[in-house]
Amino acid sequence: MVKKTKSLSLNFGPQHPAAHGVLRLILELDGEIVEKADPHIGLLHRGTEKLIEQKTYTQALPYFDRLDYVAPMNQEHAFALAAEKLLKVEVPIRAKYIRVIFCEIGRILSHILNVTTQALDVGALTPSLWGFEERETLMTFYERASGSRLHANYFRTGGVHKDIPMKLIEDIEKFCKSFPKIIDDLEGLLTDNRIFKQRNVEIGIVSKQEALDHSFSGVMLRGSGVPWDLRRSQPYEIYKDLEFKIPVGKNGDCYDRYLCRIEEMRESVKIILQCIERLPKGPVISIDNKISPPNRDDIKQSMEALIHHFKLFTEGYRVPKGDVYTAVEAPKGEFGVYLISDGSNKPYRCKIRAPGFSHLQAMDYLIRGHMLADVPAVLGSLDIVFGEVDR
Amino acid sequence: MISKLQTIEKSINSELSSKIKNSTIDNEELLIEIDENNLVDVIQFLKSNDNCKFKQLIDIAGVDYPEKEKRFELIYLFLSHENNLRIKVLIKFPIDQAINSVTKIFPSANWMEREVFDMYGVKFKNHPDLRRILTDYGFKGHPLRKDFPLTGFNEVRYSEKDKKVIYEPVKLEQNYRNFDFESPWEGTNYIKEIKNSEKDGKKN
Repeated sequence: MVKKTKSLSLNFGPQHPAAHGVLRLILELDGEIVEKADPHIGLLHRGTEKLIEQKTYTQALPYFDRLDYVAPMNQEHAFALAAEKLLKVEVPIRAKYIRVIFCEIGRILSHILNVTTQALDVGALTPSLWGFEERETLMTFYERASGSRLHANYFRTGGVHKDIPMKLIEDIEKFCKSFPKIIDDLEGLLTDNRIFKQRNVEIGIVSKQEALDHSFSGVMLRGSGVPWDLRRSQPYEIYKDLEFKIPVGKNGDCYDRYLCRIEEMRESVKIILQCIERLPKGPVISIDNKISPPNRDDIKQSMEALIHHFKLFTEGYRVPKGDVYTAVEAPKGEFGVYLISDGSNKPYRCKIRAPGFSHLQAMDYLIRGHMLADVPAVLGSLDIVFGEVDR
Repeated sequence: MISKLQTIEKSINSELSSKIKNSTIDNEELLIEIDENNLVDVIQFLKSNDNCKFKQLIDIAGVDYPEKEKRFELIYLFLSHENNLRIKVLIKFPIDQAINSVTKIFPSANWMEREVFDMYGVKFKNHPDLRRILTDYGFKGHPLRKDFPLTGFNEVRYSEKDKKVIYEPVKLEQNYRNFDFESPWEGTNYIKEIKNSEKDGKKN
């Protein structure tokens, strides 16, 4: 006689530490094997796109910090680039260097968080304690440049808000010299760790073709062996002058993605050091006062500067009609902004393309046939942050 | 970059001549406008044609123009890794038109179409699982439509009396203040723009 079995549905989250935020995952289980996963997202939906339509371009920028709050400036970058492309503003060279430095700091911030929490999900506590100390240092760099640790609002249309102090550059350089040692330490804990390997090797394998079909980008794509990085293939800012390698995985499993992230951190350190070495002098924001606010001193002296200041912070600037799509290589993948301007001072439509959205969508495909215990491991290697998935 | 776009524009136009309504290159981006009935064919062509190879769907963006007869626009963004090119495909359609789903060609379109359905109420034919995605369970209305108020219709709070979260109509002490700061004069003439137009004038 054949015994009839019934699959069990299990509700994972929305309040679960391994869900990396508010993810509700409805799993259908046959014993311990996952038969189907249905992610319910939107629990952190704040209507960012709707809000941006109501705000001027200057006011819209801070919303981008709140998307992927692990690497805020990379998000701002995409929006700033979109507005600049429509306005046809030129960014001063020093601002480009500063932007790249902070984008790479953001990449390290995000990768530390991901690598260490992925380890945490599969049972290793120490990496997160070591890694978070470094994140704290990096966030003080954010704070010293922009005034806040997370919601920086530092990249503005036409450049960056304020120049960075000399001492900060020295400190970033010092950090870059000491940080590779920390990566070695983290690798010492994880790379050859038997348990870590057992939990990650050959788990959540993505083939090249599947990675393309599921709109994967960033590490998820490179982990599967597709050599694609927007910093190299469609370079923005000064990336084409910099020397860096793009680590590519072989097997497309969780372990390869972990290795890619570790290598990317090393490359980011190299990029930052190159930028510090070459950092030129000059203005950090476009000198066109129709777009960037005038100097404080000038406001006290010049009538025109005062008018510019008043107009910029009430009406804002008008952006010529048109639509653009700009994408940056954010730590999690291709982060894009599709901006439609109707010629007024507010965006008519701002579609945000978050890499995590497509990655999480593939959860069902990735986890089918795996054990229940692999769910956190796969979820960890997807590098999901709900701020950007839910928008 | 531009020349590459122009060649691809030419080849698409010659192969799909009857299906392309319009094609433009603005801001170094290629946009083709097509009829919504040809959507699946054109996207299949863009994916499989040897010159195009747009093998990745990046995103689907909906736009609402309430004053137009064809109220909604959908913009499909594609990326070709082989050619290192991007393309935008635009369709325009009225409010009650159902659009063919492209989930068969790109599995990743699933959630993107669900999002468009959620935000704009656009229906997709042959979609495997057309549910709301980002908004709350039991949500009514389509928030990204221009006639949907920013504050929404319902608010939630925890009721001490009922010991549960309850939904109530939005009560605001003060309406959302939308100041009209736009000056009645024509927008600023940017220095850069003037220079460019002068250059163009000289060329001509």
